[in-house]
Order: sequence, then C-alpha cells, then structure tokens
Amino acid sequence: MTTARDPEDLLQRARSGERRALGQLLTVVERGGAAADELTRLAHPLFNGAQIVGVTGAPGAGKSTLTGKLTRLAVINGDRPAVLAVDPSSPITGGAILGDRVRMNDVAGEELFIRSMATRGHSGGLALAVPGAIRVFDACEYDPIIIETVGVGQVEVDVAGTADTTVVVVTPGWGDAVQANKAGLLEVADVFVVNKSDRPGADDARRDLEMMLDLSHVTGQEDASGYRPPIIMANSLDGTGADEVWKAIALHRAHLESTGQLAVRRRGRLAAEVRNRLAELVDVSIDELMESSDSRALLESTNQKETSPAHAARQLLDRLFG
Amino acid sequence: MADEQIRVVLAKLGLDGHDRGIKIVARTLRDAGMEVIYLGLRQTTKSIVAAVEEEDADAVGLSMHNAGHLTLAPAMVQALADADLDVPVIVGGIVPNVDMSELDGAGVAAVLGPGASAEEVVKAVADAVAAKRTQ
Amino acid sequence: MSEGHPADSEAKKAWRTAFEKASLRDAPFETMSGVPVEPVYGEEPFPGQYPYTRGIYASMYRSRLWTMRMFAGFGTAEDTNLRFKDILNNGGSGLSTAFDMPTLMGRDSDSEWGLGEVGRAGVAIDTLADMEQLFADIDLSVVSTSMTINGPAAIILAMYIAVAEGRGITPDQLSGTIQNDILKEYQAQKEYIYPPRPSVRIITDMVKYTTAEMPRFHPISISGYHIREAGSNAAQELAFTLANGFAYVEAAIAAGLDVNEFGRRLSFFFNSHIDFFEEVGKLRAARRIWARWMKERYGVTDERAMMCRFHTQTAGVSLTAQQPEINIARVAMQGLAAAMAGTQSLHTDSFDEALALPTEKAARIALRTQQIIAFETGVANVADPLGGARYVEWMTDEMERQAEEIFTHLDELGSGSMLEGVYAGIDDGYFVGQIADAAYRYQRELNAERQIVVGVNAFTDGDEETEVNLLRISAEVEAKQLERLAEVKKTRDSASVAAALAAVGKVAGESDQNLMPVIIDAVKAYATLEEISGAMETVFGTYVEQSIV
Repeated sequence: MTTARDPEDLLQRARSGERRALGQLLTVVERGGAAADELTRLAHPLFNGAQIVGVTGAPGAGKSTLTGKLTRLAVINGDRPAVLAVDPSSPITGGAILGDRVRMNDVAGEELFIRSMATRGHSGGLALAVPGAIRVFDACEYDPIIIETVGVGQVEVDVAGTADTTVVVVTPGWGDAVQANKAGLLEVADVFVVNKSDRPGADDARRDLEMMLDLSHVTGQEDASGYRPPIIMANSLDGTGADEVWKAIALHRAHLESTGQLAVRRRGRLAAEVRNRLAELVDVSIDELMESSDSRALLESTNQKETSPAHAARQLLDRLFG
Repeated sequence: MADEQIRVVLAKLGLDGHDRGIKIVARTLRDAGMEVIYLGLRQTTKSIVAAVEEEDADAVGLSMHNAGHLTLAPAMVQALADADLDVPVIVGGIVPNVDMSELDGAGVAAVLGPGASAEEVVKAVADAVAAKRTQ
Repeated sequence: MSEGHPADSEAKKAWRTAFEKASLRDAPFETMSGVPVEPVYGEEPFPGQYPYTRGIYASMYRSRLWTMRMFAGFGTAEDTNLRFKDILNNGGSGLSTAFDMPTLMGRDSDSEWGLGEVGRAGVAIDTLADMEQLFADIDLSVVSTSMTINGPAAIILAMYIAVAEGRGITPDQLSGTIQNDILKEYQAQKEYIYPPRPSVRIITDMVKYTTAEMPRFHPISISGYHIREAGSNAAQELAFTLANGFAYVEAAIAAGLDVNEFGRRLSFFFNSHIDFFEEVGKLRAARRIWARWMKERYGVTDERAMMCRFHTQTAGVSLTAQQPEINIARVAMQGLAAAMAGTQSLHTDSFDEALALPTEKAARIALRTQQIIAFETGVANVADPLGGARYVEWMTDEMERQAEEIFTHLDELGSGSMLEGVYAGIDDGYFVGQIADAAYRYQRELNAERQIVVGVNAFTDGDEETEVNLLRISAEVEAKQLERLAEVKKTRDSASVAAALAAVGKVAGESDQNLMPVIIDAVKAYATLEEISGAMETVFGTYVEQSIV
C-alpha cells in the first residue's frame, strides 16, 4: 500500500470507533517492521486489561462455532468482543483459506470485530502478530478478545500461552488422534470442552480427560493453587454447553485475579514477547553473519573435518557479539 | 511493497446456492499464494462490506450464477463506495458476453466468464489489486 | 413376438410369464429393416427380477416409454401456465415445475431476499392464488406433475392438494412427485431452511400423509443430480444418493411406517453425465444396490418396495457457453445413456441453459431429442440392451464396489445407523468436503488439459458467441408479482390466517403430530409461503452452514 498508513493516525481513528482504521492497523501489525514497532510503542501504554481467551483444538472440533456462540453471549452480556481467527497458511504456496468468520455470522453489528489471520509460515512471526493484534484490540477497548487457533501442535501451544484462559476443544474419539500431544494439552488447558457430545464416545472422551487430570494431580504437575480445569459437554451446533463454557471462563478469570496469577501470566507474556522479538532480531543478524566470508571459511573448514560444528558455532557466537 | 500479501473476500450475494465455482476459485487463489476470506453463500452487501473493513481486504470476488448480476454486482460496487472502501470488485460465473460492458460501466473491475482458466482468474485478481495499489 | 424354448432357464421362464402379463404398446418392435427383435437378450437377472440390475419391469419400454418430463417454470404463474400448455400440446407427457429462488428458500416475493430474484430461476409462488393460476385449465386428475422443491416442499404440496380439492379432485386422484429430498440440500444444493433433524421429521410426515391419502404420488425423489452438479464423481453421486435413501428409510421405520408400504413410494433422480459407460454402469448399479439393501438390511418383502425407480436429467454442468449449439450433441448422448440404462423418466437440457433459462425453441429441440431416441433409434425395443457387454458389467460392478466403500464409512460414522451416519457426515462436512475435493480435482484436470471439454480447452474455433437469443426475465415480472401478493394479503381474512399459523406452530412442536393437515388449512386461508415457513422456523430454528471449502 503506497498510501501512507500512519500508525499514530490510524490508532487514534481506531480508538474513536472507526472499524476500517482498526482493520488497517491489524495489517500494520501483520506486516511487521518499523511501522509495527512504532505502533507497539504507541499502543503499549494504552493497556486496558481486556480478558484474553484462547480457543484451540484439532481441526473439525467445532471451535469456530463455539467461538461464535461465546461472542453471542458476550454481546448479550453487553461486552464488545473481538475475535482473532488463526488458520494455517499453505507451506507450499503461502496462501490460505480463512473460513472461520462465517460461523460467527449471526452476531450482528458494531459490537463484534472479527479478523482472520493466516500463520504465513512463520511460527515466529505469528508469535509476534498475535500479541500485537491483542494489544491493538485492547487499546481500542475490545473485551473479551478471543484467539481461535487450529490444531494441537507446538505452535498452537505457544499461541495458547498468549491467553489468560485457554479453552481446549476435543471431540469423541480425540484420544486416537492426539496421543502425542496430550502433555501439551494438559499444560495449556484451563477449560476443557467435549464438543459433539451427542456422538457415541463422548463419555469415554470425558473419562479420558478426567484420568489425565487425576494423573497430573499425582505427578504434581497441576496448578499449585489446586485449580482443576472443568470438563464441559457441549454441542456447538445447537449451542448446548456454551453457557457453561462462558461461566467457566469467567470463573477462571476470577481465580486468576484472586490468586494473583493474572499479573504473573501477564508478566510472563510480556517476557515471552520480548524474548521472541529478541530472537527475531538475532535471527536477522545470524542470517547476515552466515553470509559473511569469515563464516564461509569456517563452514568449509567444518566440511573438511578440520573443525567441529560445535566449535564453529562458538567462533561465530563470539563474532556475533564481539 | 509489490510483494505484499493479497487478501481477497469471496462471496455470493442473494439466494443462489451454487457454490462449486466459488470453492474452486478459493482454492485456486490460495494455490497462487493469496489469502482468501471465504464468506460463501447468502451474503448481503452489508456483510461483505463489514468483512472488507475488518479484514482490510484488497479485493472482493463475487460468484454469480443466477442472472442477478446486473442488479447485484453494481449494488456491491455502490455499497463499497458508500463505505469509503476503494476496493475492486471482480465478478465471475455465468455472465453472457453481452452484459460485460454494462458491468464494466457500473464499476466492476473485471468479469470472468464460465470456463475462465485458473491463470485467468489469478491474473484478474492480481491485476485489479495492483492497479489499486499503484493509484 | 418371441416364443419360449424348452431349454430356457427357470429365470427366463419366470421372466416370460411376467412379460406375457404386461400390456404392450402398439408398435412393431422391429429394426428399421423390419427384423423383429426379442424383448431382452442374455442372462439373468432379467428385467423385473431381483435385484433389477437390468430394469425394474419385465417389459420395460415395450409397455411404456419413459416419461418425457420437461422442466419448466419462470416468471409469473401465468407465464409458466402457458409454457405448460405448450409442452402438453407438443407431446410431453408430464409437467415438471421449477420455482424461483425466493420460493425455493421459503421466502415471499416481497421479502428482502426477493430483490432481483423474483421469477428469474423459475416460477414465483407466494400463495395458493399463484398455484391456482399455475395450473389454470390443466386437468390435475389426468396430468402427472413433478415439483422440484425441497425446503418448503410440504407447503407447496399442500397448495397443490388445495388447488385440486378446489376443483373437486380428491388427493387420491393426483399423480406425480415432489422432490422433497432435504438431505442432499445440506450436501449439495444448499436450499435448506431448518436444521436436518426437524426437516427429516417434516419429510416423514409427508410420507405418512401421502401413503395414506395419495397412493399415486411419490412424496420424495431422492436425488443425486445435484450432488453430481456440485462436483462429485459418479461413484459419490451413486453412494451419497443411496445413503440418503437408506437414511430416509430408517427415519420412516422409526416413525412407525411399514417399509413395504412407503418403499413403493420412493423414487430417485440421477444425473446423466458425459462419460457414457460410467453413467450406464452407475444406473444399473443403483438398482442392484438398492434392491439388495432394502431386502437384506431393511427386511423388505414386497418387490415393488425394492425397486429403484428413477428420473434422469442430463448434466447441466456439462453444457458449455462456448459454441452452445454443440450442447445438443452432448444432451443427445447423455439422454441415450439414460434410455439404455432404463430410466423411468427423462429430462433433456436445452442447449442454451449454460447462459440463461431456456428459450421455447431450445426447449422444444430438447424434447425432440428424446423423441428421436424413443421413436427412431430402436433402443427402446430391447430392455437393458447393453447388459452382458463385458465393459458394462465390469463398470456396474466397479460402481457398486466404490459405493459400498462409502456406505461402510457412513455406517461406521453412524455406529450402525445410516441415518446417524448421514447426519454426522453433514455435521462434520464430510459430504461437502468430498464434493469440493472432487470438483477441484476435475478443474485441475481441465486446466492441465488432461480432461478435454470441446470448445473450452480444445477445438475452440467458433467460440465467439453466436447470437443466441437469451431469455431475459423482465423487471415487470417482479412488479406484477408484488402487486398480486399485495392484493391477496388485502383480501384474505387475517384472523383465519393468524389462527392457521398458530396451529402450524403448535403442531411443529409436537413431533408425534402430522404437519400436513394444518399446513393445508393454512394455505387454504391464503397464508403466504414465508408466513407458514416462519411458523415452523420459530420452532425448528434455521440451518447455518459450516462452510467447508
């Protein structure tokens, strides 16, 4: 876009309610770079403390529909929800089909803002775009802010870390598909939802989760304050259970506030964001360094078995900070 | 600047339920590296405008099979203009050759007839977006 | 006439017995050169014998040709009424009605969704008054009518019944069919109103009602046509259609209906696409599979309830806008495939349909195409003339095999219930996903020129659109319809309307009550389509698609 998109101007307009400006601001966040950094500087102090909810789970679990029902409840409750719907980009073409917003279509009007975001193949980039988007929504007084991500992989576990309350959605038969990620799920989940609970296997799914939670109690992995994630049976197509999920989210929020956990999580998130930004900056420097003639020489020496890769890396580290 | 990601809203206006073509276009554009915000069936100009605003979309693609194109496509162009959104509208589907100049006159950026190839579809969108970006 | 032979198998003898009971058309059943031909050649199962692979009747077209049912409908009821009379005068034997988009979606012409759509894709029906006009001067006790509508089917059927009753014709005299196949709407055509389960309840109510009151009327036409048009391949068309059929059977059984009774009322609607032998194999496999499942899985004992009787339409999606006249050739071959596969009724598309609604001339050519197949080619002289050909038998088996794989998947999904499997498949987006994948694959093949479509990616000389006269619906149609609707609303008795709508809402909430009688009352009070549908929407909710691209 050659038309200058001045972050300061856009931010001011977005905060006064102009949706188009907010849409353009989110693009600034996604694109990164100097404009995004400037935006971060301006928006950071405008922190309003909106509740941040993550909704994650395997593809096809019904997350978008559930999110839609939650936004409806939020609007009825008088809130002004924002949704960030994240979907994977094709690793081959870099394109994406973002089809989540239609499942929230029946919530009308000015109170709800939905933005679809593709991972764009940079899980690192995503880790910056999501906090950046949250910051912008918060500065514009949207609350709650719901981040919906697909899948149950490492990236999603990371993104889940950006939320105050993470809702993990599973469906009957989930156990077969995600064995490997059970540990990851357990760590991030603050609320479990067994969706499509009218299907056979729903009770097994619930039992599975209960057992996992019991185990974590025994191994001492669970929350020190004794919080145990509730397991809610739902059917997002007809809205069954959405109310309970909404209440569970509110309960968890209260728990976070009363135990001081909320402040801890926020501090942790900022630390993670700084770390990620640092890593990205260092990455750029590393790229430059790897192109240098010194590093090429070192690499050739490694190739000839004259230097070990470990030694080569240490040499370069010195050069990076020397 | 030139390489910035293209985001396209794809939708069908009115009641027509034929979504075979629009789904194919969605995949085609994705395969060409674009981000497709897929709204699908039974959208109104209002819901499409809201999506363009929230998603900061670069283009709107409308799929039409119902002989409604002469009413609905110009309505879309108008709705975007009313919302101060300078975004091209590309129409595809069953549009007889004889109607193309009327759509052109109504401000539609490009019209793709039935049987347009994948390359033609991608090019039409890319060209329309590029034209706006260099304005 | 053929003679029996002592060496005939038992099956052949049985066939001959059945054949001799049939009344035959007055025709020579000879080749053009005067050589008499047998009614059937080859091996069992013979036509009319389980599992009906070779045809559902022993005498097939020798008794009755397929119904030449030409789809029509556009503009106002008057306009369509004229086209109907044209068709009947030109030798068409049945009426087939197309409705406009608002009507198909249960909306009135004056609703916000009506703008630009009234009377365009078919005839606009808002109240009983329009239905009366649609069938003006047409004897409903004699003509067979097919109504292509799904979401609001109960209301439209009620209007048809009301028109007939207004002319002293009792429901049991009415013959025809109403499409009323809601499951495929969620999968392919997207003309749904309410969610799946309440919609299936409406259908079982209609099946119960027609089974009792309208024995000559088929209350459901389980359709694969649209599934194919949406982009599925042949095996998917076959399997999804029959699976939907199994689902309805299970729903009807659960609603207390006798499977032998209503099984006789079911009919199917398939596509006839351009790969000739794939289509023939598919249609033969359909009969065989349906009979086997009805008998073995659902315990049907009445033969008539095991028969897969079907209507076929040539593939609209195969028609090209480029060099449109060549579509006449496509349609001819697709029609031929359907006739050689033993269809009970056939609609041949008009060549200009890729561009707009068909003109009168184009519709007439399409009808003449069928007449050439029926009266000139001689294929109607022999039942299942392709039966026994090795390719055809292999193709039939292959289609069946692929379909069975899909049934197994759905059965598992539904833990042993095809109905539950179909519901789950709809909820999960299985059907729309499979269809979208197949459509995309085909498009890529086209793009890579591995699949050839003449005039589109090959032999494109002549593509500059010849001045085909397109049928344009004038804006006056909408104006006229709105006027008429306003008039009806003015002159009807609002108290009766309100009471009737309340009754509909009440019965909707009581799943053991039948909706048909109260809907019939409501249409007689001149409640509008949208009003009646609205009364049900309040109770059932509306369906929102979970888009799968």
